[in-house]
Amino acid sequence: MISGETIEQAGYEIMKRAAIDIPGDYLSGIRDAARKEAEPLSGFVLKTMVKNYETATEDRRPMCADTGLPRYYVKVGDEARFSGGFTGIEHALRSATARATRDVPLRPNRVHPLWRTEYNNNVGINAPEIEWSFEPSAGWLDITTVHKGGLFGTDYRMLFPGDGIDGIRRFLLDTLVAFGKRGLCCQPAIVGVGIGGSKDTCMQLGKQAACLRIVGDRNPDPKIAELELELMEAGNGIGMGPMGFVGSSMVVDLHIEVGFTHTGGMPVSVHTFCLSSRRATARILADGRITYRTDPQWFTPYYRRETVDWPMDGLEAVS
Amino acid sequence: MLEEHHVDLPADPESVSRLKPGSVVYLNGIVYTARERVYDFILNRGGELPAGLADVSNVNFHCSPAAAARDDGSFHIGGVTATASFRFSRYMADWLDRSGARILIGKGGMPADDYRNILAPRGTVYLTTVGYGTGALLGRGVRGVETVYWLREFGIAQAMWLFRVRDFGPFLVDSDLEGNSLFAEQGELVNRNLDRIYRGLRKPTLLRYGETDDRTDELI
Ligand code: SF4
Repeated sequence: MISGETIEQAGYEIMKRAAIDIPGDYLSGIRDAARKEAEPLSGFVLKTMVKNYETATEDRRPMCADTGLPRYYVKVGDEARFSGGFTGIEHALRSATARATRDVPLRPNRVHPLWRTEYNNNVGINAPEIEWSFEPSAGWLDITTVHKGGLFGTDYRMLFPGDGIDGIRRFLLDTLVAFGKRGLCCQPAIVGVGIGGSKDTCMQLGKQAACLRIVGDRNPDPKIAELELELMEAGNGIGMGPMGFVGSSMVVDLHIEVGFTHTGGMPVSVHTFCLSSRRATARILADGRITYRTDPQWFTPYYRRETVDWPMDGLEAVS
Repeated sequence: MLEEHHVDLPADPESVSRLKPGSVVYLNGIVYTARERVYDFILNRGGELPAGLADVSNVNFHCSPAAAARDDGSFHIGGVTATASFRFSRYMADWLDRSGARILIGKGGMPADDYRNILAPRGTVYLTTVGYGTGALLGRGVRGVETVYWLREFGIAQAMWLFRVRDFGPFLVDSDLEGNSLFAEQGELVNRNLDRIYRGLRKPTLLRYGETDDRTDELI
């Protein structure tokens, strides 16, 4: 039985780790970009970023003072047993958020959207968000936190099947150029592209693609994997680097996630996970032990399942 | 190699005039934060600036620190990051007159027109933080909180913090006293490439209301 205290402790620890330690996959992505960047201004920015991550880890201070909007993704194994029920998990994560806000410290960014009132602890109505998913034949509980920054860099558009891949490419360029000017979205970023679903699932998939997959990860559908690389190249071919300076470092990696959609439409969303790509995951095992990592492993084969039964029933899709 | 400057604060007119777009700057002395709540209070609600502010510092940082009060009343400053400055454009003329700020620091610069018409004529330059997310580096440069005004009234994010800083940076000069802008210059170079990357891509089936195809446009 996993206790509420263990969940709170794990939530608190990943809040700290996310705010301070840049994930290794993203750091090597930035180092790579710095090596390839030929433009002096853009190169200077990238080198400064690397120095900043090192300083954060050495001094144990947040890498960016805008500690974003902390949120959680929880994956519950079918066999996991925990005291206090699901609302107990929610309570533990709200408590962890408030504690970490005071101790790290994180900036209390969350305010009421109309009255601008707050409790100075990043907790409020519908905040922090907690998204749930489930995993068959597992006894653990995975908790991931993402501190997603940015007022900028996210957009949605209803495209149509006739717009094709070119339409997606064009919309991606629109979003990256618009928010890349002056570096408003704090590129180079991990870019997430959601395709399909309804508007809300489209947004959700794109955001999860940006925040919950690591640099170098490819979609298991080989044609989508190819499109990921093609669109990443298009982003880096804009001629824009960090801060909107001339350069070639815009996209550190690009991830696509899809959901079945209305037969008449092809909604697309684009999300950029900024220079402070903060994520950390805890796995709580059935005996209460906790292990930590930076790869959320959110997109499991089960999560991307296509047909009614699991394991998949071998039905072939028709067109 | 980019040119590098170390400036003691309050900055004198000569050191300000030496700052040219694209050079790197580090600051020593005292800087203060002020953004919309402070601007509104001073400029629209009859608020008074702390007496002698300009003699202590003439550097206005568009920033909200990640700060927390310790039990003994002192403050723990974690990371320090700028916030986007373009939102404060409409306050700037009056604010510079009242505060005497000669260096503005923020994220992403302001419209080039503001540099020509508002900042440069008043002897003020704009520095941008680098990469924006350099909160830890800048946090290391903050050696202490000199004092904080209006913490209870405006909250941590909007209060006026006076920071004692040492080797505080790096920053990049965006605008100089002639009203040149690094962002504008770089933006134009990037714009020249845009036709090429869009070549052959058709317009979307369904347009958005009011949509334009002018990609040299900016959002700010
Ligand atoms: S978008 Fe920029 S300023 Fe905001 S959290 Fe990310 S790195 Fe920090």
